[in-house]
Amino acid sequence: MTLLTTVYAAIICTIIWYKGAPKSEMKVGILCWMYWGASLMWLVDAIFEYAELGAEYFNPAPRDMLNDFFLGLSVVALGLIIWLVILLMKDPKGVIKAALFKKNK
Amino acid sequence: MGCFLVPVTEAVVTTVAARVIKSKETKETVNISSTDGSVEEVTKIKFSTKLGWLNKLLWGGSALLAFEHIWHGEVVPFFPFLTAVENGETAGMLAEMGSAGVMMSVLVTAVWAGMLAVSAVMEKRALRAPECEEGVKA
Repeated sequence: MTLLTTVYAAIICTIIWYKGAPKSEMKVGILCWMYWGASLMWLVDAIFEYAELGAEYFNPAPRDMLNDFFLGLSVVALGLIIWLVILLMKDPKGVIKAALFKKNK
Repeated sequence: MGCFLVPVTEAVVTTVAARVIKSKETKETVNISSTDGSVEEVTKIKFSTKLGWLNKLLWGGSALLAFEHIWHGEVVPFFPFLTAVENGETAGMLAEMGSAGVMMSVLVTAVWAGMLAVSAVMEKRALRAPECEEGVKA
């Protein structure tokens, strides 16, 4: 469920990035790299788990599924926070700079 | 247990490599003439930029994976930081790092290599267009 949640986040971010490309004012690319990287790593985890459990891997207990979904949502939120911090620090639109340094008339 | 440490190690190496390569790279420009007859000068994507894609995949993925390990109590904020080491399961942890951790690094690197191949094909196609001139700028 964590893998699935991250893959959906990666797909949505990639679509948003493509819509805004080639301009990257909102730095959505950062989110794409982060979610795709995590998705690939969790895919390996899933393959290893499937090798161990077999078909049972696809029948998780509802409680485990809910916990994994909760983890997936938390991972997506953490990714968004990392992206937001980078966006505000890089400030590609100059919004923070404009707010901090007002021009003298 | 500690599988994310393998991609983190790779990320450290590739980040250093990207910095070193970037400092030695020269700007490569290409003149592309479009169908309306106008000639446009474009810059080729540097290898350090392409290596940056791998860095972002590895750092981003490892960061989120590290969070998952904290979530499951496998990583703790005090020494020795890894629960497996604290519980005397170091051998099991190393075995997992050697299997799942290495596979994670291999898969991410393989996907990046695929991206390099696709971008190389796209660059070649763009250059195959009539009247393209390649040049190197210092």
